[in-house]
Amino acid sequence: MFQPESEAMPREQLEQVQLDRLNALLARVYDRVPLYREKFDDAGVRPHVETLADLADVPFTVKDDMRANYPYGMFAADRRDIVRVHASSGTTGQITVVGYTERDINNWADLMARTLACAGANADDIVQVAYGYGLFTGGLGVHYGSERLGCLTIPISGGNTRRQVQVLSDFDVTVLACTPSYSLLVAETAEEMGIDPRSLPLRIGVFGAEPWSENMRVQIEERLGIRAIDIYGLSEVLGPGVASECMEQCGLHVNEDHFLIEILDPQTLRPVPDGQPGEVVFTTLTKEGIPVIRYRTRDISRIIPGQCACGRTLRRIERITGRTDDMIIVRGVNVFPSQIEQVLTGIAGVAPHYQVVLGKRGSMDTVEVHVEVAPDLAFDEVRELEALQRTVRAEIASALAVSIDVKLVEPRSIERSEGKARRVVDLRDTEGV
Amino acid sequence: MLEQLSVFLENQPGRLAHLCRTLGDAGVNMRALMVADTQEFGVVRIICDRPQAGKTALESAGFGVSVAEVVGVEVPDVPGGLADILEALGEQGINVEYAYCFIEPGMTGAVDVLKVDDGRAREVLESAGYRVLRPEDLYVPDDDG
Repeated sequence: MFQPESEAMPREQLEQVQLDRLNALLARVYDRVPLYREKFDDAGVRPHVETLADLADVPFTVKDDMRANYPYGMFAADRRDIVRVHASSGTTGQITVVGYTERDINNWADLMARTLACAGANADDIVQVAYGYGLFTGGLGVHYGSERLGCLTIPISGGNTRRQVQVLSDFDVTVLACTPSYSLLVAETAEEMGIDPRSLPLRIGVFGAEPWSENMRVQIEERLGIRAIDIYGLSEVLGPGVASECMEQCGLHVNEDHFLIEILDPQTLRPVPDGQPGEVVFTTLTKEGIPVIRYRTRDISRIIPGQCACGRTLRRIERITGRTDDMIIVRGVNVFPSQIEQVLTGIAGVAPHYQVVLGKRGSMDTVEVHVEVAPDLAFDEVRELEALQRTVRAEIASALAVSIDVKLVEPRSIERSEGKARRVVDLRDTEGV
Repeated sequence: MLEQLSVFLENQPGRLAHLCRTLGDAGVNMRALMVADTQEFGVVRIICDRPQAGKTALESAGFGVSVAEVVGVEVPDVPGGLADILEALGEQGINVEYAYCFIEPGMTGAVDVLKVDDGRAREVLESAGYRVLRPEDLYVPDDDG
C-alpha cells in the first residue's frame, strides 16, 4: 500500500475523519460558492452535520450546475491559488471545467500513486501512459501518480498505435495505462506488426474511463498476457484516482478519506442498502479548487459488502455497469451497453467490437447491435453465419430479457477509438433530415 | 482437394469491387468467383491462382478470410454431364453443400467445384472415371510470396 495509514485505517477512525472533513467542507463552500449558499438556504439546511447520515438532507449537485457556472463559478479557492484546470470531454454536452490548487494536485498524485500500487506496481515499474494528455484528466492524472510512486514514466499520450507498440516493446514497459478498448487495439496492432504481446515484459494494465465487462477483462488478460486492473474516476470529482481495484480484482476500493460515497435509488434519491445497485453520488472531502457536494455521477454501481482480503478497510464498489445517460430503454427494458458486451464476449465467432445503433423505421425506434465477426472464423457457409447471428440474438434475449436485432459486420469495420469507445450510435436525429 | 478463399462481406456498395481490386493489386488472378448472399451479408467464394497470397492480401486489407477445401472435378461437355457426377455422389449418400462451375483454358470440359463434407467424394468420383483436379492442375501450391 502506498499510504497504509489511510488505506487500512480502522473504520471508526475513518468515519470521524470523514465527519470532520465534511463539516470543514460545508462551511467552506457555504462561505465561498454562491451556488451552494443559495441551495442550502433554499433547502433550509445549515452548513453543518452532526452525523454522516445527516448528509441525506443536503441538496445535490448535478452536471448542469457546473455548466451553468461555466467556467469558474463553482471554484471555492481564489483564482490565484488555482494552478491547473482540466475539462470534461463534453461527450454529453458543453464541457465542464474543474480547477485544482497546489494541494489538490499533490493529493491527486498521492491518490494515483495509491491506485498504481493497488494494481501491483512499484518503483521498479516502467509505466506507459497512453491516456490522452491535455484537458482530459486521464493522462496527467496517471502521470503524476506514476512519478509519485517512483516509476519510470513515459508520457506518450493517446493515439499513434504503431508507435505505442514500438515503445511498449523497445522500452521494456511493464505497466500500460489506457482505456480497456484501446488496449485491445494495441494488442491487435502488435499482432499485425508481428509482435506477440504476450512475449513482452508488460505485466499490468491500468484501465479506466469507460465501462467494461468481466469477459472483456478475461480477453484482454489473455491477449496481452497481463493482469488488467479497473480504475475509476471522473473529472467533476477528481479525475482518475477516486476508486481502484486491488490485485484481488473483486471490486474497486473507494478512497473514502477523500471522497464520501453514497449509492442512491435513482428514482427516490434515497440511499439503498449496501449491496443494492443505484446511482453513485460523491462528496469531495479534501478538494479546495472545486469541491462538490453530493455530486450525482449518473454512474450505476453498488457497494460490495464485507472486507477485502488485501487488508484495505476502504469499502469497494462493483465495476461500473453503465451510466444512466448510456442506458437505452428497449421496449420498456433498461439496457446498458456493458450488458451486451458481457454477452458478446462469451460467444465464439464474434469479436468484442460492437456498437448499439439506434434508428428509426417510420415512427418506430429501432435498436440494432452491430458486431464484428471474428477474423479467424470459418466464413464459408452462409447458414453457419446465420446460425451465429441467431445465437447472438438468442443470448442477448436470454441475458437482457428483450430481443434486439443483430447485424454481423466485417472484421475491423467498427471504428476503433484511441480514447473512450463509442458504444452507442444514435441515428434517429440524422435520418430523414 | 482445392483451396478456395471464402470472404465475409457486408452487403454494401463497393465492397465486392474493393475485394477484387485488392486481389488484382496483389497480382492474384481469379479463376472463378461465386457470391452466396443474404439480405445483410454475403460470402464470396474464390478460386484463384495463388490462394495463400490472396488470403494474405485480403487479410491485410481488413477482410475476414478463411480457406475452405473443395473438390474440383472436370465435367464432360455433354448434356447431362453434371447430372451424372451428382448422381454418382448421391448414390453413395454424399451430400453437396454447394456447387459452381468455371471454364479452365486447356481443359476439354468445365470444372465443377463441389463443397462436400465427406472424405469419400474424391474416391467415389475417381472410381466412376472422372478426373478430380489436384492443386497443381490450377495453381502452384505453397509457391506464394
